[in-house]
Amino acid sequence: MSEQGIGKRVVRKEDQRFLTGKGHYTDDLQRIRQTHAYFLRSPHAHAKIARIDTKAAQSAPGVVAVFTGADTAAAKVGSLICGWVVKDKHGEPHKAPPHPALAVDTVRHVGDTVAMVIAETEAQAKDAAEKIVVDYQELPAVINPAKALDKGAAQLHAEAPGNLCYDWELGDRAAVDAAFAKAAHVTKIDLVNNRLIPNAMEPRAAAAEYDAGSGQYTLWTTSQNPHVTRLVLSAFVLGIPEHKLRVIAPDVGGGFGSKIFIYAEETLLTWASAKVNRPIKWTAERNESFVSDAHGRDHVTHAELAMDKDGKFLALKVDTIANMGAYLSTFATAVPTYLYGTLLAGQYTTPAIHVNVRSVFTNTAPVDAYRGAGRPEATFVLERIVEQAAREMKIDKAELRRRNFIATDAYPYQTPVALAYDSGNYAGALKKALEMADYDGFEKRRADSKAKGKLRGIGLSAYIEACGLAPSAVVGSLGAGVGQWESAQVRFNPTGNVQVYTGSHSHGQGHETTFAQLVSTQLGVPLDQVEVIHGDTASVPFGMGTYGSRSLAVGGSAIVKACDKIIAKGKKIAAHMLEASAADIEFKNGVFSIAGTDKQVPLGGVVFSAYVPHNYPLNEVEPGMDENAFYDPANFTYPAGVHICEIEIDPDTGVSTIAKFTAVDDFGNLVNPMIVEGQVHGGIGQGIGQALLEHGVYDEKSGQLLTGSYMDYTMPRADDLPSFDVGYQVTPCPHNPLGVKGCGEAGAIAAPAAVMNAIHDALAPVGVKSIDMPATSSRVWQAIQRANTKMAAE
Amino acid sequence: MSVSVSMKVNGKTATGNVEPRTLLVQFIREHLGLTGTHVGCDTSQCGACVVHVDGKSIKSCTMLALRADGADVSTIEGLAKDGTLHPMQEAFREHHGLQCGFCTPGMVMSAIDLVKRHNYKLDEKTVRHGLEGNLCRCTGYHNIVKAVLAGAEAMQAKGV
Ligand code: FES
Ligand code: FES
Repeated sequence: MSEQGIGKRVVRKEDQRFLTGKGHYTDDLQRIRQTHAYFLRSPHAHAKIARIDTKAAQSAPGVVAVFTGADTAAAKVGSLICGWVVKDKHGEPHKAPPHPALAVDTVRHVGDTVAMVIAETEAQAKDAAEKIVVDYQELPAVINPAKALDKGAAQLHAEAPGNLCYDWELGDRAAVDAAFAKAAHVTKIDLVNNRLIPNAMEPRAAAAEYDAGSGQYTLWTTSQNPHVTRLVLSAFVLGIPEHKLRVIAPDVGGGFGSKIFIYAEETLLTWASAKVNRPIKWTAERNESFVSDAHGRDHVTHAELAMDKDGKFLALKVDTIANMGAYLSTFATAVPTYLYGTLLAGQYTTPAIHVNVRSVFTNTAPVDAYRGAGRPEATFVLERIVEQAAREMKIDKAELRRRNFIATDAYPYQTPVALAYDSGNYAGALKKALEMADYDGFEKRRADSKAKGKLRGIGLSAYIEACGLAPSAVVGSLGAGVGQWESAQVRFNPTGNVQVYTGSHSHGQGHETTFAQLVSTQLGVPLDQVEVIHGDTASVPFGMGTYGSRSLAVGGSAIVKACDKIIAKGKKIAAHMLEASAADIEFKNGVFSIAGTDKQVPLGGVVFSAYVPHNYPLNEVEPGMDENAFYDPANFTYPAGVHICEIEIDPDTGVSTIAKFTAVDDFGNLVNPMIVEGQVHGGIGQGIGQALLEHGVYDEKSGQLLTGSYMDYTMPRADDLPSFDVGYQVTPCPHNPLGVKGCGEAGAIAAPAAVMNAIHDALAPVGVKSIDMPATSSRVWQAIQRANTKMAAE
Repeated sequence: MSVSVSMKVNGKTATGNVEPRTLLVQFIREHLGLTGTHVGCDTSQCGACVVHVDGKSIKSCTMLALRADGADVSTIEGLAKDGTLHPMQEAFREHHGLQCGFCTPGMVMSAIDLVKRHNYKLDEKTVRHGLEGNLCRCTGYHNIVKAVLAGAEAMQAKGV
C-alpha cells in the first residue's frame, strides 16, 4: 500500500475512462426531449440596438422559442455579478455597471449576447438565428486600455465616467519617494502584458432541465466550481432557491480560470429551461469561445526600481492600467489588485513598494483570471526590471538576485505589500536551478552560437505566488463576497470501501488519484477501495471549487480533517471492541490497537461494527462512519522557485528556439510527483505560449477580434515547445496538515519572464533594448533591423 | 431532406438517416452515441476529432458522413480489445500523457497512425512534428511525446 500513498508516482485512476472514450463531458449529454440553443451575438464592438425583429425566426422550422433582452428584462433576470468589491484610493467601491445576460439596448463588445434561439436541433437554431433582424446604430469604440482614460475616448457605461472602474493603490508612497531620492541608480521599464485567450480544449457548454413537479432545476455546466455557480445563480441572478438548483460539472476539459466564472449562456439556459419546459443544451463553437470566454492579462505598465550602488533594492514603484473589457466578469476586479499588487515584493527584501492600478472598461470581451491571474503579471514586471537592472548595473543577474533575496531564516516575513510569507528557500532553489541549467557554462555556449551566426541568451525568473486561496477573514476584509474554505466528506460503506466527496473540482488535475492517495495513507485503505467524487452539488455537501492552486492545500486539508474525525470515532468504537479506554488506542496503517499490546482490530472491523452495531457503545457513539469537515486556511501558501530559459535566435529570420528550459519549484511536500510534473509542464507550455506566440488582438478601429480562430491565434503546438527539465526544492508549508503549497499555476507565472529575459539577453549585444510579448519571429526580426539601422546611423 | 448512410464503425455495421450536411463527427457522436470522439474547434485545427477511416487518421470534422459511406471507421472506443488497452493507450497512462482527457482520443488515434506511417521508427523531433495537427492545452506536450515514443516501441514489440 505504501507504493500508492503520499509521495508516490501513482498512475491516474481517471485515465481509464479518458483513454477509452468513456469520459462524460457536458456536450456528451443527450436528455430526452432535449432542445438546442444558439446565441445570436453582436457583430459590432459598440452599438445601440434600435430594434430587434424576431418574427421570422419564431416561425422558422423547429424553433421552440426566441428570447431577447426585452424578455429577460421583463422577467427580471438579474445582472451577472462581479463578486469582489475593490475599494479605490478614496475608499469608494469600484464602479459596477450592469451586465445583462442578453443585451437590452446596447452591445459593448463583439460577441455580446443579443438573442437566444431554442430549436429542436442545433442546425435549426442556427438557421433561425440568421432570420433575426437587428437594427444596430454603431457607436465609437475604445479598445486599447492605454487609451481608455483619454479625454474624448468612447464611453462604455454611464455608471463609470471616463471608463474608469477604479483607481487603486497599495503601499507607502512617501517611503518610496524618499528612497528614490537617495538612490544610486534607477532602472525604468515600460511593459505590455499581452491579452491572452484561455482556450481550454473543451469549449464551454451547458445543459439545463426543469422539473415542473418539484420545481427543481438541474444545470450541467463546464465549471471549475459548481457550488459557486449555484450560489451566484440562486442568490444574485435568477432568484431560484439554492436548494432547488442542482449544478453538475461533470468531466471538464480544462479550465485555466476561464471556467470559474458565471457566464450569460448557462444563466439563460437555466432560466429558459422552465420557460420552454424542456431540456436545453448549448455548446460553444470555437469562434464563440474566442469572443465570449473571459480573456486574460492585458496590462500596460510603467515601473521603476531604485537601488543603492551595490544593487540593493531600495524601492519599487509600479503604475499599471488593467483592461477589464466591456463588463466585469465574476472575479475581474481582484485580479489586477489583490492578486497582483500584493506580489510585487517577489522574493526580495525591497523595503518600500508602491503600486497604482487603474482598471478600465473597453469594448472587448471581459478580462478575468487566467492561469496565474495577477501573479504572472507581477512576476513579469518584477523579473523583467530586475534583469534590466542587472544589465545596467553590470552585475551578474543571479548575483543581483542573491543580494536581495529574503533570507531563509526570516520567516514569517512581512512584505511592504500586505502579505506575510510563511516559508521558503529562494537561494536554495536558485542554486539548484543554476546547476541544472549549467549557468556557468553559458558564456561558452553563447560564443559557440555566435560562431555559427546565432544569438544566444539566458534568462531567469525567480517567482513567488500566493496560493491556496484563501483565508476567508483576510479575503473578506479585502472585498471578497464569499468565504474560501473547502469542504470534504469521507464516508465508509459497511463493506469497507470509502467514498470521498470534495468541493474541489478536477478538470485535468487528477484529484481522483491524488485525493485517493491521501485517504489511502491517512486511513490505510488500499487505493482501489477509495472513490473520489466531485462536481455535483446534489452529492458533494459544499465547495468553493478549483482555482488559485487551492485544491490540495485547502481541499486536501479538509479531507485530512475528515479522516482525523473518522480515526477519532474509530478509536472509541475500537476501545469498546477491545475492552480498553479510548485514550489507550493507537491507529496505524489501518489498524486500531491497544498501545503496547498485540490486541488489535482492523479499521474494516470497526467500520462494519459501526453499521451493524450489535455490540456497540450506542450510549457514547452514534452508528455509522461518515464524517464531514470544513477547512479554512490560516494563511495563503507561497510556492516559489526559479525558472531558467536558454534561447537561440537566428538573426536572419528572427526565429527563436528554446535550447533548454529548467524549472526548480518549491511546492512544499508532493503527494504525486508525476501529476505535479504534469502541472508544471502544462503551465510552462502556456507561459512560453504567452511569451512567444499568443496574442488576443482586436482591430483598434472596428473592434473586431482579429485572432478569433486557431488560424490566427497561435496556440503552442508540439513542435513549438521543447522538453522541460524539472526539479524541486522542498520547504513544507508550515500551516496546513499536508505541508503542501500548490503547483497548478507556477509554470504560467514563471515562464514568460524567463523567456523574455533570455530574448533580451540574446538581443542586447545587437542593440535591441526592449521587445514586447509575444516575441514572434517577425517582431524579433523587426527589432533587430531597427537596431541595425539605428546603430548604422549613429 | 435526409439520406441514408452506412459504414463499418469499430467492426460493426452502422447505418443512419442524416441530413446531407451532417459531418462524420456528428454522425459518430450524435447518431451512434460514440462520444469519445470530440470537437474542439471549427477550423479543422485541433485534432480532437481524429478517427481512422480505412486505416488512416482523419479529422472527422472535415468529412461529411456521406463521404464515409461504405468506409471502415475506427474510433477511440474500438481500440481496447477484450478489456486490454492498446499499447498506445497504455503508454499514455504510464507516462501521464493526459490531464483533462479532452484532446486524448484524437491524440491517441493520431499517434497510432503516426507510428505506422514511420514504421515504428520515431524520435522526439518526428513525434513533435507529426502531432502538429493535435492541440493540447494541458500537458505542454512533454509527456505526450514521451508516451508516443514509448507507445511506438510497445506497438512494435507486440506486433500491432
Ligand atoms: S474538431 Fe476537428 S480539428 Fe478541431
Ligand atoms: S489533456 Fe487537456 S487538452 Fe490535452
